[in-house]
Amino acid sequence: MAAKQETAAAVRSVEQYKYGFVTDIESEKAPKGLSEDIIRFISAKKNEPEWMLEWRLKAYRYWLALGDEEPKWAKLNYPKIDYQDSYYYAAPKQKLASMDEVDPKLLETYKKLGIPLAEQAVLAGVAVDAVFDSVSVATTYKKKLEEMGVIFKPISEAVHSHPELVKKYLGSVVPYTDNFFAALNSAVFTDGSFVYIPKGLRCPMELSTYFRINEKNTGQFERTLIIADEGAYVSYLEGCTAPQRDENQLHAAVVELITLDDAEIKYSTVQNWYPGDAEGKGGIYNFVTKRGACRGKNSKIMWTQVETGSAITWKYPSCILQGDNSVGEFYSVAITNNHQQADTGTKMIHLGANTRSKIISKGISAGKADNTYRGLVRIGPRADGARNYTQCDSLLIGDKCGAHTVPYIESRNPTAQTEHEATTSKISEDQLFYCQQRGMTEEEAVSLIVNGFCREVLQTLPMEFAVEAQKLVGISLEGSVG
Amino acid sequence: MALLEIKNLHVSVGGKKILNGISLALNAGEVHAIMGPNGTGKSTLSNVIAGRDGYDVTEGQVLLDGQDILAMEADERARAGVFLAFQYPVEIPGVTTSAFLKTAINAKRRAEGKPEIDAMEFLKLVKAKQKLLSMPDDMIKRALNVGFSGGEKKRAEVLQMTLLEPRVAILDETDSGLDIDALKIVSEGVNTLRGPDRTFLIITHYQRLLNYIVPDHVHVLVGGRVVASGGKELAEQLEAEGYARYLSAA
Ligand SMILES: Nc1ncnc2c1ncn2[C@@H]1O[C@H](COP(=O)(O)OP(=O)(O)OP(=O)(O)O)[C@@H](O)[C@H]1O
Ligand SMILES: [Mg+2]
Repeated sequence: MAAKQETAAAVRSVEQYKYGFVTDIESEKAPKGLSEDIIRFISAKKNEPEWMLEWRLKAYRYWLALGDEEPKWAKLNYPKIDYQDSYYYAAPKQKLASMDEVDPKLLETYKKLGIPLAEQAVLAGVAVDAVFDSVSVATTYKKKLEEMGVIFKPISEAVHSHPELVKKYLGSVVPYTDNFFAALNSAVFTDGSFVYIPKGLRCPMELSTYFRINEKNTGQFERTLIIADEGAYVSYLEGCTAPQRDENQLHAAVVELITLDDAEIKYSTVQNWYPGDAEGKGGIYNFVTKRGACRGKNSKIMWTQVETGSAITWKYPSCILQGDNSVGEFYSVAITNNHQQADTGTKMIHLGANTRSKIISKGISAGKADNTYRGLVRIGPRADGARNYTQCDSLLIGDKCGAHTVPYIESRNPTAQTEHEATTSKISEDQLFYCQQRGMTEEEAVSLIVNGFCREVLQTLPMEFAVEAQKLVGISLEGSVG
Repeated sequence: MALLEIKNLHVSVGGKKILNGISLALNAGEVHAIMGPNGTGKSTLSNVIAGRDGYDVTEGQVLLDGQDILAMEADERARAGVFLAFQYPVEIPGVTTSAFLKTAINAKRRAEGKPEIDAMEFLKLVKAKQKLLSMPDDMIKRALNVGFSGGEKKRAEVLQMTLLEPRVAILDETDSGLDIDALKIVSEGVNTLRGPDRTFLIITHYQRLLNYIVPDHVHVLVGGRVVASGGKELAEQLEAEGYARYLSAA
């Protein structure tokens, strides 16, 4: 039967990690390993001013002083990482002046990833900053944004064009002393996006970055800094993929968001780094520090994350609610299958009066995977009338996986209210049979049910992203039943 | 050749024998009703035909177009045209009825080698069928069966049936929990689907339903056996007398 063969072919093609290809481009790398010389090399490659190099070196020395001791409190298991066995700088060899000069192979890669570059970007109203290994390859839609006063460019360029903004805000939310991985990132970050939305502007298009690790044994350390000035609004999307490799690769990014009075940032991530194979070989180690500061009154930061990839995810997008009446929201879907491990959640730090936060976390665990929600709600003494609502739901598929919920609540203000709800459920045989009785395959049924479970979170994603995310949810759970 | 033929079917669950050699032949175009006391194996029979796990078929066959389907997975059977309206429809939190219906329709279309249904076409189709069943339009925006009343759940089952147009439709107590008006509406839904290429197996406790959906054959199931078969008058007799005479014999 033709239909059957087609179905079989379709199934075969999704069985493989869709983004697991490697692009064959000549690249320039720094020698392996980490030292002050490597940091000077990176800084020199970027033609950085002295203050930037100094900042990196301070971070590096701080990191060195920590010893090679990573944070141990997360519920994660992985072999010791040899930080000298990785490359800290890799860039495609060509220099690029315009989109026309972008290596066609690269564009082909982006096409495979489904990224709308150039014309496609204009049509879709998406401005994309694509980071390929360590260098931002092409920033589309730049001109139109510039006219509106939006600055959207690789951070390596912003260091030159807007040093005052970078100096003022870089490290102001996540200082290099924050944690082991933030210190490492601050020392070696190679690129990332810089966004500034001027006063009163609602950025009319979504800004987007696509991260991809291509080179073997390369760590990726992007640094993203987004500032929404008074009354400004921006929605920012971040997507990530990496080729299939047997070795583990390190990804240690830092993202800092700042909102001034009445400003709002909506930051959405779909993270689909290579998770490793079914036996747990290979995959990305994702150690990411993301934090936003609601500095101004009535400002708002909203994180949405869909984490389906990576062998290890260590990530807590957080909000510091400084301004009175500021709002922090965290919506998360974390899916772990096979041998994946995720320890993820958020921190909501209430400092200002009448600050509000909302946490919706959906953890899905299948195979032999472990999934932990870890979240902190801290209410400071001045945060009169602060409110938090937390809801953590876990869904288990099979009986070899684990789900854990670790909420910490610290309140130092008696007028504050916090509310925490948690559930754990399984996909029932009844539900599966019901769906299958309507003609759906077991995998389709699981995908549908899990998408339903995550709906509240997926709904917060921008439209095109939501569709992709729904498909990803299905793909990442393949082979999880039966 | 019968469209669906059940041959000497013996089934146990967890070591307990439930069905003791059931044989039924459902020809295309026919409507069969099954009646019987609680716990005699009516739902077990439906589940085994539909391919639910957890049942041991120790003997016998279930043939669709002369082919034994017992080795097929539930979803394959569904795509081959077997539909079961559940006695207890299952809640699927977060999945809108609309998303569910679309996925089901597309699963069927894929099996037929057709492209996915167009969004507009889908809405038009569902709206028309909902109207036929006097269901409110916005019902499909709600999570499937979540918070539906008993009667709404049953109507949603019939909606799915009319959308999927199965060749073999098993209705397991679809009339239970329906008010009198709903009973008529749902029966109307079934009757419009009646046709020369289709067969129905209707499980019910109430003869009243059979006034609206007039069966060609009525079977009495007691102790996992078909103890009597006849025309629609058999249902009337059961309504009047109950199962006493069959229970003593069993
Ligand atoms: N999984 C199971 N484990 C043990 N016993 C079961 C199981 N499933 C069904 N049974 C038993 O099998 C018998 C037949 O059940 P079934 O649901 O088929 O009855 P029914 O004829 O549909 O009844 P009703 O009219 O009440 O719906 C019952 O005694 C029931 O308890
Ligand atoms: Mg029953």
